[in-house]
Amino acid sequence: MATIAEIKEKRAVEVKDFNFYYAGTVDPALKDINLPIPKKKVTALIGPSGCGKTTLLRSFNRIHDLYPGNRYEGEILVHGENILQKNIDLIDLRVNVGMIFQKPTPFPMSIFDNIAYGLRLKGIKNKTELKDRVEKALKDAALFEEVKDRLKADGSSLSGGQQQRLCIARAIAVEPEIMLFDEPTSALDPISTLAIEKLIIELKDKVSIIIVTHNMQQAARVSDYTAFMYLGELIEFGKTDDIFVNPKEKLTEEYITGKFG
Amino acid sequence: MTAKRRRVVINYFALSFSIGSAVLGIGFLFWILWILVSNGIGALNMDIFTFDGAPPGFAESGLRHALVGQLILALGATIFGVPVGILAGTYLSEYGQTSKYANFIRDISDTMMSTPSIVIGTFVYAVVVSPMGHFSGWAGIVALAIMMVPIVLRTTDDMLSLVPQTLREAAAALGAPKYKVILQIVYRSAKVGILTGVLLSIARIAGETAPLLFTSFNNNFFSTDISEPIASLTVTMFSYATSPYEDWQQLGWAAAFILTAFVLGVNVLGRLFIKTKRKR
Amino acid sequence: MKKIVDFFFENLTKLTALFSLILLVAIMAVLFNEALPAISAFGLSFISEDVWAPNREVFGGFSSIVGSLLSTFIAMFLATPIAIGIAIFLSEIAPARVKEPIGVSVELLAAIPSVIYGMWGLFYFAPIIRDIFGGNGIGMLTAGIVLAIMILPFIAAVTRDAMNTTPDMLKESAYALGATKWDVIKDVIIPFAKAGVIGSIILALGRAIGETMAVTFVMGNVHNISLDLTAAATNIPTTLANEFAEAESGLHYASLFYLALILFLMSFVTIFVSKIYFLRKVRKSK
Repeated sequence: MATIAEIKEKRAVEVKDFNFYYAGTVDPALKDINLPIPKKKVTALIGPSGCGKTTLLRSFNRIHDLYPGNRYEGEILVHGENILQKNIDLIDLRVNVGMIFQKPTPFPMSIFDNIAYGLRLKGIKNKTELKDRVEKALKDAALFEEVKDRLKADGSSLSGGQQQRLCIARAIAVEPEIMLFDEPTSALDPISTLAIEKLIIELKDKVSIIIVTHNMQQAARVSDYTAFMYLGELIEFGKTDDIFVNPKEKLTEEYITGKFG
Repeated sequence: MTAKRRRVVINYFALSFSIGSAVLGIGFLFWILWILVSNGIGALNMDIFTFDGAPPGFAESGLRHALVGQLILALGATIFGVPVGILAGTYLSEYGQTSKYANFIRDISDTMMSTPSIVIGTFVYAVVVSPMGHFSGWAGIVALAIMMVPIVLRTTDDMLSLVPQTLREAAAALGAPKYKVILQIVYRSAKVGILTGVLLSIARIAGETAPLLFTSFNNNFFSTDISEPIASLTVTMFSYATSPYEDWQQLGWAAAFILTAFVLGVNVLGRLFIKTKRKR
Repeated sequence: MKKIVDFFFENLTKLTALFSLILLVAIMAVLFNEALPAISAFGLSFISEDVWAPNREVFGGFSSIVGSLLSTFIAMFLATPIAIGIAIFLSEIAPARVKEPIGVSVELLAAIPSVIYGMWGLFYFAPIIRDIFGGNGIGMLTAGIVLAIMILPFIAAVTRDAMNTTPDMLKESAYALGATKWDVIKDVIIPFAKAGVIGSIILALGRAIGETMAVTFVMGNVHNISLDLTAAATNIPTTLANEFAEAESGLHYASLFYLALILFLMSFVTIFVSKIYFLRKVRKSK
């Protein structure tokens, strides 16, 4: 694909000749993926369900490793290091690569403890430092004003949209370089969705973001770059404006214009 | 040590403890099974099924009296306990549903299910044995039936709740009265589940000893008279195993093996039934 | 006509549903009534009186009651951590190939009649305790351990079920923050499954208090309170199992019923509390 070479942006991640196999399957779920993830930009992965976009996303923090038998081939480079190597430290990797899921996942603990969780894992025990960093994360996630009087309340007592912002605050509290969003608004109402989208755009000042979405308007609204995937392959990658206005591949055009999905 | 390193080490120890406790616990349990199988098979022979109890040292002794007694007790308990359990479960699932009263009955029934079986034995002693003046098969049957009701109630309630609501609505829409919907549609589609529940409850009461100790008591002779004391596998096992005679102890192991084989067999069967039902 | 049958059927089922409730009340009333001679003779001091002498017509329940508490305590103390370890192993550690077979065997072991555990305890386990700790192998310690082994599969199976209800996504969220497996277990899975886990432990406690056969074989039935755990002792079920069929005097019977009533109340309270607070089986509306 010619476009990839044209992208001059600094890269947060580089995917090279990447294949992925689910446990017990012979056919790869992802075939020959080559994809750069530009630094401090939002990259959207779009495509019909089953195209492999979530599978690809979950490879960036190797969450697939939780289920034995899953297999990777090729390279995913972060700072020039292949994170698919056997001896890579998954704890460090995951601290560096945050993830937000399809549904809000507040832990069964207070709002404060939810956000402090990753910090405590890192070994931060100092009370004032914890408090400061929790507060900062909440402010960055645009949640502080809404919850500042009830930090001791259970995380699940928040509304769905607030819970998702809590999860974002929890992820950014440990200051990752890269953040993965797996259809983060699919369980939310339109107003909460807008709040999350706004937040994602603000976050790219600090982190590189990869977002999976099946909502094409969302991809158009939040992303700088878009990758279109189909049946486990990367069909087209480019600047979001180009992909949506002037797709090069016929398949991309058909998907974007709603001929299939 | 960095925080991460410490967590990794703690993780290692905690998971090792978990694996170790699994090995220990499961090891103990399989040791018990092994003891049971090795002793039980060694003691098993055809005489056990053809001869009755005999004094220690007597060659022609077996467990026929206990097997038959056990069968009578289980059958009697089933006849009384199962209909009550099924009807009560039907009320909860079909009429009471999610009402406060129905949930209260569910709690009470679950509490009954966990009531110490020896307490049920003392209760039946007071209301059946005392008035009759002596131990009897009837008293044993009553005690086991009491234990059976909450088990059958619960599985019936669970199984009926799996029947799709649309099925009831479709039948009611054809003008069928509720009792017919229940008897002809709901029961029929929950048949396998209810039967499995009944089977499992029989297996459960078959293993009970404590409630029989002073109800049906024990009898070392062959008897089918329910108004007299009657032998059961479990009480026979208890009295034989705690006797000082080796041949009685052997018979006790044989009884233990037969009983466990039955209980586990029924449980495995019940699992298969429910599995095939869920798949369909 | 149809209406009459409908009415009849509904009320028949309603009546049978009352059965458990009636029975529960009846058990309490009958036990109380039968225990009355002992209650009026000894009153509440029955609980703290430790002399149990049928030949002198003096009955105190202290040794049996404390024995019940002690044997249950030993059993829970040993079984709870091991059972939770098994549950963690089954839900989080075991590879898929062994998860199912081991999980099913644990459930099947929970179905084995308790009299089997008692027999094994008497013939195989008591001698080991005797060789290690001295005494004759029959006593509180052996009874407590056999009881622990008996309730082990029960706690493990229910705890595993509770832990399995934790959504994968919630676990993944913790892993995605760099948590280790143990971090996820202690910070996410156990807090999430807390109600179910505590409920099942209390339920197991109720079971352990009332269990008869697993302990009767190895307890010794000696009305004796001793700090020496290897000494023969008793608890309420053991006393009932050994003496009920052979009690001679009315007061002896009444005292046994008094013990049965106390046992019933102890188990009733534990079970009811665990039901109401932790394991409420409320049917969800369809």
